[in-house]
Amino acid sequence: MKILVAVKRVIDYNVQIRVKEDGSGVVTDNVKMSTNPPDDNAIEEAVKIKEAGKASEIIAVTVGEEKAQETVRKALAVGADRGIHVKVDSVLEPLAVSKILKKIVEKENPDLVFMGKQAIDDDCNQTGQMLAAHLNWPQATFASKIEVKENSLEVTREVDEGLETIEVNTPAIVTCDLRLNEPRYASLPNIMKAKKKPIEQINASDLGVDTNPRIEHIKIEEPPKRKAGIKVSSVEELVQKLKNEAKVI
Amino acid sequence: MSVLLIAEHNNKEVKSFTLNAITAASQIDQDLHVLLIGHNADDVAKSLSEVPLVKKVLHMDNEIYENYIAENYTSAILKHADKYSHIVCSANTFGKNLMPRIAALLDISQVSDIIKVIAPDTFLRPIYAGNAFATVKSNDEKKCITIRPTSFEAAETTGGSAEIEKVDAADKTENTKFVNREEIKSDRPELGTARIVISGGRGLQSGENFKLITDVADKLNAAIGASRAAVDAGYITNEHQVGQTGKVVVPDLYIAVGISGAIQHLAGMKESKVIVAINKDGEAPIFSVADYGLEADLFEALPQFLEELNKLNTIQK
Repeated sequence: MKILVAVKRVIDYNVQIRVKEDGSGVVTDNVKMSTNPPDDNAIEEAVKIKEAGKASEIIAVTVGEEKAQETVRKALAVGADRGIHVKVDSVLEPLAVSKILKKIVEKENPDLVFMGKQAIDDDCNQTGQMLAAHLNWPQATFASKIEVKENSLEVTREVDEGLETIEVNTPAIVTCDLRLNEPRYASLPNIMKAKKKPIEQINASDLGVDTNPRIEHIKIEEPPKRKAGIKVSSVEELVQKLKNEAKVI
Repeated sequence: MSVLLIAEHNNKEVKSFTLNAITAASQIDQDLHVLLIGHNADDVAKSLSEVPLVKKVLHMDNEIYENYIAENYTSAILKHADKYSHIVCSANTFGKNLMPRIAALLDISQVSDIIKVIAPDTFLRPIYAGNAFATVKSNDEKKCITIRPTSFEAAETTGGSAEIEKVDAADKTENTKFVNREEIKSDRPELGTARIVISGGRGLQSGENFKLITDVADKLNAAIGASRAAVDAGYITNEHQVGQTGKVVVPDLYIAVGISGAIQHLAGMKESKVIVAINKDGEAPIFSVADYGLEADLFEALPQFLEELNKLNTIQK
């Protein structure tokens, strides 16, 4: 069984986002970048399945600018076998990314495609479901537990009401929740080994996919600031403020 | 122009977030139709038809819709997509799972999680965990939109009398089977719509200690939330998680207890009207968004808080 894992390079989750003054976007120069957190869970799950003897190969793929390769390299360091970097010059919408990934799936014929449920930069939560639609494959989104069966997966999904379990036949797309597993750190020897693993580079423009943006970003602005609050000195004062000033209890 | 809204329900009643989505949808265009896909859900169809903002209910009834499966909903919705300029639903786990599948098949670039309708093609949406707001204009002819429910008031539910039209079912997928759903039943208000939310974080130190939170929640008739750290540590189950990848809440009063205030948690609660933070670390980032901060040991503060609340006799329900 072959597993394709899609990863995205995003601003690190610990970075305080700053909006550019001209309203064109957020500051990315000299800002720490990392793999999108739930994409780490996607890689980890694929590696665990391979370690359990249920997968033969893991391919990590990213769609992004030159430096996006770092995320593929990181995936290789924790256990992916080889990488694919689809090079693009601009930030693509999930629809375009899903079309590119479809081409990669058609080329590689994986049995499973894993990725994070949502990227923490655009917060779109679309790519996995869109890829599933293009391929006419079943989708198991927001997975917090995956059980590999003969020709199917049993997936526990985190939903508003609690947990839902579905069974999807393979090939299938799974989007991963942060609670799916605990991503491992790459050891130094594995980081060194990963440098020798192959990463195939493909130009998105060679794939014959329409990647033109459909959505115009008219303005990016800072959200309205909350007015500064106060510190209270006791529980008694807190309750009095909530009752008499805020009038919420 | 006309808008097709996909209803979320459990075959017995409409889920409350659909009512918020109806308000947003009606701001896009007043010619608003609701598609109800379910089984033996006549009561749901009736209640949707009584929502004054709804002009028509399309009711698709078939046993294949006993449980919600995105693949089956998608083929059902595509049968009707032609006639509408916008297809919309709520941006909770229901809509997030569903809408991109529809959008991809219609070759539409979806606009996710809008918090304001600026024009029928222009919307405001948070990005980077709500640390930036983007004004976006969709240039697709047809639009697929998901709506952040807590950013819109719930629609009125009585006084309307929209036509209910029965429509035929669509294809069923053979590749996805519903197995089960573990719903945690609770008498408390729902997290997404509660007037008061009290949340606990890693500072609680154990699942047992969450009793301090539930005692106060019982007194205030509040919903219970949690930080991702508390859920990851197993103190409480996932449906309580508030944050970028959990639920977004906008209650009148949000009480954060033993929560440091990581960026991803703030994304889920910082629009609350009044925020209280109780934390022993005076430097915790949660204090930067709190209207009232109490620097204290929660194990002393929470029992005192309950005691003080018990002294009041005018707690609003």
